[in-house]
Amino acid sequence: MDYQFHWNTVFQKMPEMLEGAFVTLHVSILSMLIGIVIAVFLAIVKMNQIKPFSYISSVWIEISRNTPALFQIYMAYFGLGAFGIHLSPYVAVLSALIFVNAGYLAETFRGGFQSIPKTQYSASKSLGMTNFQSYWYIILPQMFRRIYHPMTNQFVWSILMSSLGILVGMSELSGETQRLQSLSFRTLEFFMVAAVMYYIITKFVLISASLISRRLFKGEI
Amino acid sequence: MINIQNVHKSFGDLEVLKGINLEVKKGEVLSIIGGSGSGKSTLLYCINAIEKINAGKITVDDIDVHDKATNQDKLRQKLGMVFQQWNSFPHLTVLENVALAPRIVKKMSKDEAIEIGEKELTHVGLGDKFDVYPTKMSGGQQQRLAIARALAMRPDYMLFDEITSALDPELVGEVLDTLRVLREDGMTMICVTHEIAFAREVSDNIAFFHEGIIEEMGSPDQVISNPQKETTQKFLSKVLS
Ligand SMILES: Nc1ncnc2c1ncn2[C@@H]1O[C@H](COP(=O)(O)OP(=O)(O)O)[C@@H](O)[C@H]1O
Ligand SMILES: [Mg+2]
Repeated sequence: MDYQFHWNTVFQKMPEMLEGAFVTLHVSILSMLIGIVIAVFLAIVKMNQIKPFSYISSVWIEISRNTPALFQIYMAYFGLGAFGIHLSPYVAVLSALIFVNAGYLAETFRGGFQSIPKTQYSASKSLGMTNFQSYWYIILPQMFRRIYHPMTNQFVWSILMSSLGILVGMSELSGETQRLQSLSFRTLEFFMVAAVMYYIITKFVLISASLISRRLFKGEI
Repeated sequence: MINIQNVHKSFGDLEVLKGINLEVKKGEVLSIIGGSGSGKSTLLYCINAIEKINAGKITVDDIDVHDKATNQDKLRQKLGMVFQQWNSFPHLTVLENVALAPRIVKKMSKDEAIEIGEKELTHVGLGDKFDVYPTKMSGGQQQRLAIARALAMRPDYMLFDEITSALDPELVGEVLDTLRVLREDGMTMICVTHEIAFAREVSDNIAFFHEGIIEEMGSPDQVISNPQKETTQKFLSKVLS
């Protein structure tokens, strides 16, 4: 092995790498926000057996949790393309991530909700609280504690999985890295820097999440 | 006054209450004893409208509990309830547990709610626990917290559903002592309990439940010391032995 590392090329392209990292964050945050909204809907229709939405919810949850993300991105980009629906790489990756996030989070929400004992609800009702007050002050805050860490993990997962954007030519961090290395042939350097950037981003997310949770959740459950 | 007239209640095909008649006047203490599955808890849930009834009528201060026009959330403010399984709100401190409902249900100011909370907690002997989280406390302490939480709503009646049954034996005494204090205060109470000696000491009336009906009812002397029905005698000899 007499590989010579040349870091200069990489550092010159740092602004473009950072732009890629920005797109990575952008797509994963957006996929979480929209995913959460859909997941709440999927979880509610499933728990209350609201037909026909509960069927759609079950199928959505099954497919999203049991097929590879790679497959989903291909479906969104090439699959829909075959039917004349042409999504940009960004929208294709975003849709695939939303699809998976919504499926996983729906199950997280359902499990979190069901883990709150029914007696918490009777106890709050017996104090004269309305349904809304029981949920708002008693059930949801406890549920939020239980889904907080799974949600953080899902966010980290989204950041890492968005790197599959490389396959459809999306210019997020991995896609950008791929393009830049092919121009300069400093493949190893570029991907090593990209890996460090992913690491820093996910560590930053995890550490912030844990600091926030310490402020947010004082009591123990 | 709580008035219960010919109340029937079924879960599906299972008839759990088969025509219950009861009356609890202001200031009275009624204890309900009876084997497990005899419908004691169900009756309490029907009184505070957590469960519907199939037939009959329950009134609390002349308000028909199950009438469609009745605001049940408002009615429950009159009826404090403490459950067998302690269910403190684990995400709130002890003081917040007690002060929450006065603030959001009764719309008291924060200061007022806190003042009431501190007063009720001190009343049940938890004056040194305001900022503790309930999961750090013993079952007995959590049951006393549940009592304080209910009292903070200034209810006219208290319903207790076997509140010492899930406690370690050494913690039962402190909770019963709290109930004795309420009795001294003149609180109107319905206590479902297996503590026969306690029931006999504090109750004006005792009702013995058996398979969804009231087998025997009367003063502690009548029901505990001179039970007339064989089922009552059997039950008492079993729990007293
Ligand atoms: N929510 C429910 N659904 C169906 N059956 C119930 C429900 N709650 C209670 N029961 C049944 O009703 C009967 C009386 O229960 P309960 O009132 O809890 O008795 P107790 O408090 O005297 O032990 C039992 O057979 C119990 O299984
Ligand atoms: Mg019971």
